[in-house]
Amino acid sequence: MRGIRKAFGATIALDGVDLAVSPGEICGLIGQNGAGKSTLMSVLAGALAPDGGTMAIDGQPYAPSSPIEGRRAGVAMIYQELSLAPHLSVMENILLGAEPTRYGLLDRSRMRELAQRALADLGHDDIPPDAPVGTLSVAAQQLVEIARALAVGCRVLVLDEPTSSLGRADVERLFTLLRRLKTHGHAIVYISHFIEEVKEVADRFIVLRDGRNAGGGSTADASRDAIVALMVGSSVSNLFPRSPRRRGDPILEVTALEPGAASFTLHRGEILGIAGLIGSGRTRLLRTLFGLEPVRKGRVRMAAFEGAATPHARWRQGMGMLSEDRKEEGLALALDIADNLTLTRLSPFGAAGLLSPSRQRAAASRWIERMDIKCAGASQHVGELSGGNQQKIALARLLQHDVDVLVLDEPTRGIDVGSKAQIYRLIDALVADSPGRAPKAIVMVSSYLPELLGLCDRIAVMRRGRLGAPTPAEGISEHELMMAATGGGIGE
Amino acid sequence: MTARSLVDRAGTAFALVIVAGVFGTLIGPQFFSPGNLELMARQTAIVSMAAIGMTIVIVAGGIDLSVGSIIALCTVVIALLLRMGVSPLGAAAGAVVAGGVCGLVNGVLITQLRVVPFIVTLGTMLVIRGAAKGLAEERRIEAPVSWLNDLLRVPRGGALLPSGIWAVIALALIIAGLLRYTPFGRHVFAIGSNERMARLCGVAITRTKIVVYVLTAAFAGFAGLLQFSKLSVGDPTVAVGLELDVIAAVIIGGGSLAGGRGTVAGTLIGAAIMTVIQIGCSQQGLANWVQQIVTGGIIVAAVALDRMRTAA
Repeated sequence: MRGIRKAFGATIALDGVDLAVSPGEICGLIGQNGAGKSTLMSVLAGALAPDGGTMAIDGQPYAPSSPIEGRRAGVAMIYQELSLAPHLSVMENILLGAEPTRYGLLDRSRMRELAQRALADLGHDDIPPDAPVGTLSVAAQQLVEIARALAVGCRVLVLDEPTSSLGRADVERLFTLLRRLKTHGHAIVYISHFIEEVKEVADRFIVLRDGRNAGGGSTADASRDAIVALMVGSSVSNLFPRSPRRRGDPILEVTALEPGAASFTLHRGEILGIAGLIGSGRTRLLRTLFGLEPVRKGRVRMAAFEGAATPHARWRQGMGMLSEDRKEEGLALALDIADNLTLTRLSPFGAAGLLSPSRQRAAASRWIERMDIKCAGASQHVGELSGGNQQKIALARLLQHDVDVLVLDEPTRGIDVGSKAQIYRLIDALVADSPGRAPKAIVMVSSYLPELLGLCDRIAVMRRGRLGAPTPAEGISEHELMMAATGGGIGE
Repeated sequence: MTARSLVDRAGTAFALVIVAGVFGTLIGPQFFSPGNLELMARQTAIVSMAAIGMTIVIVAGGIDLSVGSIIALCTVVIALLLRMGVSPLGAAAGAVVAGGVCGLVNGVLITQLRVVPFIVTLGTMLVIRGAAKGLAEERRIEAPVSWLNDLLRVPRGGALLPSGIWAVIALALIIAGLLRYTPFGRHVFAIGSNERMARLCGVAITRTKIVVYVLTAAFAGFAGLLQFSKLSVGDPTVAVGLELDVIAAVIIGGGSLAGGRGTVAGTLIGAAIMTVIQIGCSQQGLANWVQQIVTGGIIVAAVALDRMRTAA
């Protein structure tokens, strides 16, 4: 792959990336969340067409227009979320789309034979070809998916975070298998956040940062520290305003909360940041705080309230949550701005159990103006707006409700820089110390480290489902945060 | 009212104008005579009444296949109550309550067992039909004559329309207002549009859904009342498959089976379109099978047109 470029609207995801893998080599692809790894791999697989750049396999030009063409050319992807049909048997999955037939009928004995051979090639002939895939462990399902890739003759195998749901022993077995495939002459791209894993299994590594090659080399020669330095770079930013803040009364106290192993106290006038890799359990912790998922152990005290909570109760207690998934959970795209903004508390917009749509719209119009939301008016459908404007509406809902504690999950994910800056200013203003108004308290998760360092007073790092103790943000570097988030990737 | 919802409603009304225009041209001006229009209104009353309730459940992203069976059960309940000497008003109330209880069962099963509404109401469709037959001992139940039999009769005095039609209009206005001007109505739209968001926003999903199914079934109870009025007996085998006409009315009227979209006005227009086709075809001398083919085509065309319009 040479000079691959890809932009989504105004956002440049890839800006001239090069990547080369030889047969018989494992290449680790490393980068922070949002560095462009997934986009690059989607281009390789044929799921996305690049805006520029060229690709070649074995010297032949390669320009797939669909994932099917990519497959035919010998590129197979194993995603984090496995794509198997759980009700079909192992052999049916392995040979899906390439079933051997005789006189137009399935040749089941030949299917079994081919499947068994593919599994034996992997050194895993212990997996029964007739078992429904849904009954196997995740590790075994992953093997089935790799076997399928080999059965259709793949030469380039891409694994995206393959160890995220595997135990230590399964990770070992996977690595043994990958080394074996390497000796068979396959070219393997191994994507992972975990630097230790990449150092263990890959021969070479390439680091992406902000859609560009940040560096690379032989894994044997590079220290963990050096790789982290490449991932983090030296991004300085003055996007982040800092009004004077004064830490007020504690408002949210979390004690030994499971899931998440979380303990912290959040005060008014304070932003607590939670760093960590995708999949480390950050979102789950926020959802548990907000009552969307059950508390297994521990206590959460929100203002004067304690005990089990539902989202309904949380809103009334003065806590609001911004979902990381704007389209699926954050907003109702088919409803208008006014409805989306006012849904959590409709009572101010009417009397005697009736609602006044015009008052809903008037309130929405005020927020549209205050937050500089670009739209045709309060009755425009949210689905027609840009991501940044949608996010402002999702955030305005919390402000309209006037909650005291804002739980923000990836508040600036996938939005343009202008909207980001506006949201940063807004978040800062909420906790600023100003006379005559009690400041809010904010707990936020973000994958973008400069954002956490720029906005937060304290930061806690989540790693493999456990939240560390919060430490003052002042004086921490991105480098240290990344080390903490990726540290001890394997072997614990 | 947003520009889009105006287009939505106008689109359906436009279809009604076209369909009526076609038959008006074929049959002549007598197609629009007051008598004929009133005939159509009476013909559409039962489906319209049930479809008002169905609009709520479809907006909420659900479905209720049991309304046909509930209608049959309610005719039986009315007949039995009248025979027991209950007043006509009491018998009518009994029918609506019986419908509401069926809806309560639907709602509780859907929210507590977490089985999709299609399956739950497919099951209760059979259960309620069976209960109606058991209650009636598999016979038609004769009932003493009362004013309930006159709900869809042409009024003798100065009233413009039969009282059953007025009831449809009044209840339609109430439900249209409920959906637009109450928190409950906005919650119904929120759940149908994006249930996960509704949960995030603290909407009481279980309670709202149960109320939705109770309301829908209570409207099937009202429809059962009109059905009884038309038959003047309790018949456990009536209204088989009627739920499909009811759903079709909502869909033609702009409701989306994916939830979050639908209006009472649209639904009534949808029901009117189907009736105009039926009556138009029969007055034109076309056989029943032609009506069915035309109605089926309209359903698919309505949804396809709607998709094209929203995609554009």
